[in-house]
Amino acid sequence: MAYPYRHDREVRVMSEAFGDPAARTLEGWKARGGYQGIARALEIGRAATVDEVKASGLRGRGGAGFPTGVKWSFMPREQNPGRPHYLLCNADESEPGTFKDREIIRWTPHQLVEGCLIGAYAIGAAHCYIYLRGEFFEATGVLAQALEEAYAAGLAGPDVLGSGVQIDLTLHVGAGAYICGEETGLMNSLEGRRGEPRIKPPFPAAAGAFGMPTTINNVETLAAVPGILRHGGEWYRQWGTEKSPGTKLFCVSGHVSRPGNYELPLGFPMMDLIEDVCGGIPGGKALKAVIPGGSSVPIMSADECESCELCYEGVAAAGSMLGCASVIVMDETADIVKQVRRMADFYAHESCGQCTPCREGTAWASRILRRIEEGRGKPDDLDTLLQISDQMTGTTICVLSDSLAAPIVSAIEKFRDEFLALIRRGERVGAA
Amino acid sequence: MPDNGRSPAGAATVTLTIDDREVTVPKGTSLLEAAALQGTALPHYCYHPGLSAPAQCRICLVEVEGAPKLQPSCVTMAQDGQVVKTDSPEALKMRKGVLEFYLVNHPLDCPICDMSGECKLQDYVFAEGREHGRGREPKRVFGRDDFGGDVLYYGDRCVMCTRCVRFMDEVARDSRLTVVERGSRAVIDTFFDEGLEGASFAGNVVDICPVGALVSKDFLHKARAWDLDSTPSVCPGCSQGCNIELHTRDNLVQRLKPRENAEVNGHWMCDFGRANYEGLNRGGRLEAPAAGRGAKRRPAGWDEALGQLFARLQAAAGADVKIVGSAEWSCEGLAALAAVGAETGEVSARVFRSRCAADEDRLPGFPALARRRDLAPNVDGARTLGFSRVGGEDAAGGLEEVAAHDGVLFVLGDDLADQEAAFGEAASLFVYMGAHGSEAAANADFVLPVTTFAEQEGTFVNVQQRVQRFWPGLRAPGEARPAWLVLGALLAALRGGEAAPASAAAAFSWLAGERAAFAGLSYEGLGAEGAPLAAPAGGNGAA
Ligand SMILES: Cc1cc2nc3c(=O)[nH]c(=O)nc-3n(C[C@H](O)[C@H](O)[C@H](O)COP(=O)(O)O)c2cc1C
Ligand code: SF4
Ligand code: SF4
Ligand code: SF4
Repeated sequence: MAYPYRHDREVRVMSEAFGDPAARTLEGWKARGGYQGIARALEIGRAATVDEVKASGLRGRGGAGFPTGVKWSFMPREQNPGRPHYLLCNADESEPGTFKDREIIRWTPHQLVEGCLIGAYAIGAAHCYIYLRGEFFEATGVLAQALEEAYAAGLAGPDVLGSGVQIDLTLHVGAGAYICGEETGLMNSLEGRRGEPRIKPPFPAAAGAFGMPTTINNVETLAAVPGILRHGGEWYRQWGTEKSPGTKLFCVSGHVSRPGNYELPLGFPMMDLIEDVCGGIPGGKALKAVIPGGSSVPIMSADECESCELCYEGVAAAGSMLGCASVIVMDETADIVKQVRRMADFYAHESCGQCTPCREGTAWASRILRRIEEGRGKPDDLDTLLQISDQMTGTTICVLSDSLAAPIVSAIEKFRDEFLALIRRGERVGAA
Repeated sequence: MPDNGRSPAGAATVTLTIDDREVTVPKGTSLLEAAALQGTALPHYCYHPGLSAPAQCRICLVEVEGAPKLQPSCVTMAQDGQVVKTDSPEALKMRKGVLEFYLVNHPLDCPICDMSGECKLQDYVFAEGREHGRGREPKRVFGRDDFGGDVLYYGDRCVMCTRCVRFMDEVARDSRLTVVERGSRAVIDTFFDEGLEGASFAGNVVDICPVGALVSKDFLHKARAWDLDSTPSVCPGCSQGCNIELHTRDNLVQRLKPRENAEVNGHWMCDFGRANYEGLNRGGRLEAPAAGRGAKRRPAGWDEALGQLFARLQAAAGADVKIVGSAEWSCEGLAALAAVGAETGEVSARVFRSRCAADEDRLPGFPALARRRDLAPNVDGARTLGFSRVGGEDAAGGLEEVAAHDGVLFVLGDDLADQEAAFGEAASLFVYMGAHGSEAAANADFVLPVTTFAEQEGTFVNVQQRVQRFWPGLRAPGEARPAWLVLGALLAALRGGEAAPASAAAAFSWLAGERAAFAGLSYEGLGAEGAPLAAPAGGNGAA
């Protein structure tokens, strides 16, 4: 049976083995071509490994889309005495609407282990920490098992594949906090501190985990690397666009007939994803809005989705962001005010609380939105919300604050009538 | 005036423009500090010069030309050619916004808040905040928490700057406070039940809390900030000589606060010293001079008392003189006392007694500061002026020879609390000068009321051999006079009519002329921060 849903238009580079328990074991993974990437990396050397990833044009899948090879090249070439390098694998996946990293780990743990080995080798790190979201109980067991196998087979540890290169892999399970997915919040949490993002500079490549040069990459980013090493950067570019090469897992949720993870070449038309791949909106209802990249990005109206291509530049051109490609589809019955209020609740709950605009702004916005939702809004509430959002944008240490402002502002701009209708109804009720 | 040793010649500087004015600052200066040097005070909560800067309060944001967003001025370093605007429309708008956020959950309980009048939230909102709040939502309520020791926490007033947490982590190096929860539910709390109880520098968190979230139990609802007068002074608690302010109302010291001195105490003081002010408010003071032994004692005006005393001293010329001083009295007073003794006759004892603690208590993050073993402010001054310590660690005993002395006897500032009524019975002349009377002064021929350091100007020498000035914060009771004034007049008369010092400044310049250790120092030059004593010949001076 196909892993929950599959579609012919998918290009399953990373996800072919999803749903296939046999691929979870080291043996099963090797039978599917596993661990050839790390072997090639060790053969061609560090610099060439970085170059190969640069050539592929792979962009970070954690949300920001920063070119991975370029990020790796920020690390000091040589390790300075007493200053070990670290690779961190960000497996804290908690962006609402996102469920791709979990599936990579559940079904293809060795794909991630191999990606971590290659990444660590490329940046000269003898130690990689995999920071796993606390609620991922099943994934924790699967990944721990894979790590044990990798150690037993000499793939990880003091002498990777007999090359003399040491790469240790440590699984660190978080306690479940969205903010620990922000790269420097993750570092603090890993070090045993409060999960609070740090001010930059210094950037992680200069002083990251434990104050040492550090690179941090998302699970999907690292999982894409073994294929690139095995087949070459050019191979990866056969999919996607010039600026967004390769394939990407799209997590589709909401009002579609077949929600799920679909691996598609970047640049795939959004409407094809919704209508063809996901089987359209159930009950023949009309599309109202889409959040294309996880809850932190501006909401798109149905019109804006019409000709939108799902690649970094394509979604940007349509006024939003690809983010981590978590596509939340809402049909005409969706209550936008409620959706935005729920997002505000989430960000208010997850703000680490360091920065005043975020600590107070997220909580205040969520309370105003709830009041509007309950029919007790006032006409000037929308201006207040827009101003709060403005005051929350570009003023804080990390972008969690901006991440709530974006959906609020876009929702009010695009769906103002829905807010006003609630406010007016409330006023009428109040007057009666 | 103050030594300019902070920017050594040749140190690298950068020149930048802040609000259209050029300013040159040492390399490594933050924009916030550079703006302050140029006279622009930028608001800030989390930044404190004695702590790390987490750049989290977001209220010091400024516009830096070329930067895509506003920059936190506390962690953005000044660079050559930088153009900074602290008052651009964007910067003002964001500051106003941040201030509004602070008030979203604030209880606005200023009328019953101890910080009111010196609160940075009041100040900043008054200066730059919105006229009216827009909040319609119910406020989050935390209530009050006893942190232990002298510290109370009002969570609803907290601006989450984490200064208190960082003080305990970085300066006290005794991590007892932390932020618990996150988002707007974040609140400061203690790790364990004892909280700050027993931590010896925790009172500083009350000082650095920019709002009324941390308050002193001792000071709670005692006085309004605007009713307090503040006087620069030196803590009398130990020989560290922390620079402090006396906060007074109704001629009573209400509290002590540290006063910054980078060489001595940084921004800090210890809890022992902070709590140790009640002595300054002690009543039952000597208020008028008196003359005559035992039953014959009767009040005398200053002129009469000093006239008689002068005559007695002249008559006693060449006598054996013993002097008991005090490490709580100023250098000028002690020096004048020593000089009067020497003018009178042969000085065979010059002693003082003071309490000693068993251990030092050092502040790990500012190791120049320790609550010292000597629990008096002028032990080093007394020593420099030739007094030696006698008696036990409890400041008792050690006066057997003095008590039975049959020559001239001077006592200044020692209450003789442990001495018998027969003290000084055999003395040919016994002069007792103090703030409080004593049963052991029954045999005194003269009882002269003198002021405490809190009621007069003068100097102490601290453990670093640093001379530090203090100023009068309290009115002297009755006719009490500074010891230097009383003894200075006597000395001038004994020396055949040389001019008596009429001011503390004159007394100090007399001292600087008289004693090599003080040579080259000027009262003016000591300023509010003091200066090191001259190095003793052959030795190397303590810095
Ligand atoms: C509030 C916040 C939460 C984040 N959560 C995650 C996360 O759960 N997983 C993740 O990979 N990246 C997350 N990121 C992005 C990371 O900071 C970082 O950019 C990413 O891990 C870099 O990896 P990449 O270059 O491979 O994309 C988050 C960022 C922010 C601001
Ligand atoms: S923006 Fe919010 S989550 Fe990010 S560091 Fe500041 S308070 Fe924490
Ligand atoms: S209690 Fe005071 S010092 Fe501590 S975080 Fe709150 S406002 Fe800052
Ligand atoms: S260290 Fe000494 S001088 Fe400083 S505050 Fe404490 S008692 Fe006073």
